[in-house]
Amino acid sequence: MNNILLAGVGGQGTVLASKLIAKCALAHGTPAHTAETIGMAQRGGCVVSHVRLGENCFSPLIPLGQAHTLIAFEPAEAVRCLPYLREDGNVIVSNTAVKPVTDALKPSYDAEAMLRFLQSTPYRVHVVDGVNICCECKTTKVLNIALLGAAAKLGLIGVSAAELEAIIDTEMKEKFREMNKKALRMAVNV
Amino acid sequence: MKKLLMGNEAIGFGAIRAGVGLVTGYPGTPSTEVLETIAENKPDDVYCEWSVNEKSALEVAAGASYSGVRTLVTMKQVGLNVASDPLMSLEYIGIKGGMVILVADDPGPISSQTEQDTRRFCEFSKLPCFDPSSPEEAYLMIADAYELSEKYATPVIFRPTTRICHACAPIELTERICEPAKGEFVKNPQWVIFPRLSFAAHKRIEERNALLRHENSSYSGNTIIGSGRKAIAAGGVSYAYVREAMELAGADTALMKVSTPYPFPEDKALELLSGADEVLVFEELECVIEKELIYICGKHGLKKTIHGKLDGTLPIAGEYSVSLAEKAICAYLGLKAPESVQLQMPALPMRPPVLCAGCPHRASFFAVKEAMKGKKSFFGGDIGCYTLGNAMPLDMVDTCLCMGAGITVAQGIKRACPDTYCFSFTGDSTFFHTGMPGIANAVYNGTKLTAVILDNSTTAMTGHQPNPSTGFTATHEVAERINIEKVLEGLGVGMIRIVDPFRLNEAIMTVRECAEYPGVSAIIFRAPCIALVKPKKPYRVAANKCIGCKKCITAIGCPAISFGNKKACVDSALCFGCGLCADVCPVGALSVRKEND
Repeated sequence: MNNILLAGVGGQGTVLASKLIAKCALAHGTPAHTAETIGMAQRGGCVVSHVRLGENCFSPLIPLGQAHTLIAFEPAEAVRCLPYLREDGNVIVSNTAVKPVTDALKPSYDAEAMLRFLQSTPYRVHVVDGVNICCECKTTKVLNIALLGAAAKLGLIGVSAAELEAIIDTEMKEKFREMNKKALRMAVNV
Repeated sequence: MKKLLMGNEAIGFGAIRAGVGLVTGYPGTPSTEVLETIAENKPDDVYCEWSVNEKSALEVAAGASYSGVRTLVTMKQVGLNVASDPLMSLEYIGIKGGMVILVADDPGPISSQTEQDTRRFCEFSKLPCFDPSSPEEAYLMIADAYELSEKYATPVIFRPTTRICHACAPIELTERICEPAKGEFVKNPQWVIFPRLSFAAHKRIEERNALLRHENSSYSGNTIIGSGRKAIAAGGVSYAYVREAMELAGADTALMKVSTPYPFPEDKALELLSGADEVLVFEELECVIEKELIYICGKHGLKKTIHGKLDGTLPIAGEYSVSLAEKAICAYLGLKAPESVQLQMPALPMRPPVLCAGCPHRASFFAVKEAMKGKKSFFGGDIGCYTLGNAMPLDMVDTCLCMGAGITVAQGIKRACPDTYCFSFTGDSTFFHTGMPGIANAVYNGTKLTAVILDNSTTAMTGHQPNPSTGFTATHEVAERINIEKVLEGLGVGMIRIVDPFRLNEAIMTVRECAEYPGVSAIIFRAPCIALVKPKKPYRVAANKCIGCKKCITAIGCPAISFGNKKACVDSALCFGCGLCADVCPVGALSVRKEND
């Protein structure tokens, strides 16, 4: 069993990312199960997608302490989901901080401090420069594919970067393909 | 080839496979995707509609089932409250074509008002209940539900929970087992409910359910695996949690799965109890299985101990999980409890859900707030995206109870507190669902009220379903567009105004005018949900003009606006170009971003 947890804020594209991993796995003949946050929480709230690859999967959700990899679209959401990780777990985290609306009224969120805290934990933490990738691709919509690329490069999600490139062609509309491929290459060729 | 399907998709395809001929429902998380899946994938011989509310949906299906057609009705758990009037009587009348009522429960609750348990509703209404433990099982179980329904001429409730509805699993779709039946309504006194008929039906239902306690015991979904004096029983997704927890803990004992919580498989339970001294029960929400086991022990004089919610072993409210099950099972069986990494976590930002950037509801709420500043006012909220108008800084939802209640609760406030200006906020879909009778009530009883209709041309919160005012149906056919203003006029509302909430000054003037109207007035704020239209050019802050007063943030709380270096800043990726921020900026620092910026 390979358990992958994707964490972010509503609208960041975690659901599509989890679907891509699961579809690649199924194409290999590996059973895949996923579970998503749907409904009110999608409106700017915390969202998580659970992806479970392999046989003998009962629970749709990854149990606490059982995730092999945490892919976080946002530093604070990475920290929030740490209890899901195994002791030998990996964290792929983007440095793209999403401040809650309330932060503008009363600042409470320091993304740098979150990243420092992550680095201080016993987990293997890999920071992806999502800020730069999104800036170069001129859109935040490519963050999900960039994070998947970083995880694929480390061999964590049972999918290769080449397979991700191939699935961009089958799963995405033509006008989005080029920018997603660019983001994927940037994440893989760091 | 197996496809990755969401539980709700699996249920939809499962119903098509089982020969369903008519599908009705009302959107509600976590049930919505069942009907959507059927609408998008149905063969031509299946009819599918979004009904205006759950009661209508159930009654439409009843007519088709009387005619021998298999039907499916979909709703969330609180929707069953709305449909409960026809439901209770329909069980007495019975049906001909199989009827499955899909009611999705929401432990947590994650997107619901209550943690009510539909299994308990089954006991109350005496309807047989199926409770799947995985999307894979749900896909096949639907056909079993139809079979039981037709065998005993009774509607059957199919009750998945959120984690089944929204989990995706690899599922092999297979051919239809049967084609939908051709409907034929045969006139017969049996279809007319009368007290004498109901007395006979009541007896028949009780006898059938007593029989089902035996028959369900041999149903393939009710199983016992393993053996041990300290046994476990579980139902629904809790069974999946327990299976996984037992593997993690290396636990080995008898485990019973209950897939038909009502009528309860009594013989199967006796089989479990005969080999056990104790049973620990895992089930979210109500203690249905736990109480059944206690009842069976009492009935048969068995001296066994049943653990669960009632003795405090497990929590009464909220979702269960593998971790919760693992801890409880380890304690129960005397196994070593799992250790977890203890981290000193830093304080994390709260992320309450908010109205989207560019949402027309923000402008509508802001206009009413500005217009009524300093006046004693009440704002009755309702169910939909606009419930999020309660968040700071808008703070425009004083009450929210259930679908349609905003309009009527406001009337009670007005009668109890006559010096208050009373407003209600209702979405277009909610207006047709249960809002209209509330308007009639206000007009009839002469209760002064300003009913605000937030018409964004869709049922947004559940994923943009059509409704009677949108002009198209669940299956994308053009429909008669019911005109909300004409409905209001027909109901006798004396002053009706239609305004685009983004024309802020006009909107504020309109609110003031309607608030002073001596009878029932209505304002239709009409502007489409951002999911339906393309964004306009984003706004930007001219740093040399921004005085850092934060009015754009403190007044409207748009998620696209942040504050840094003593200036406001617009995230152009999030900004929808609605321009509300420019209207509130006192120094004109916000304007449309130019091409070369």
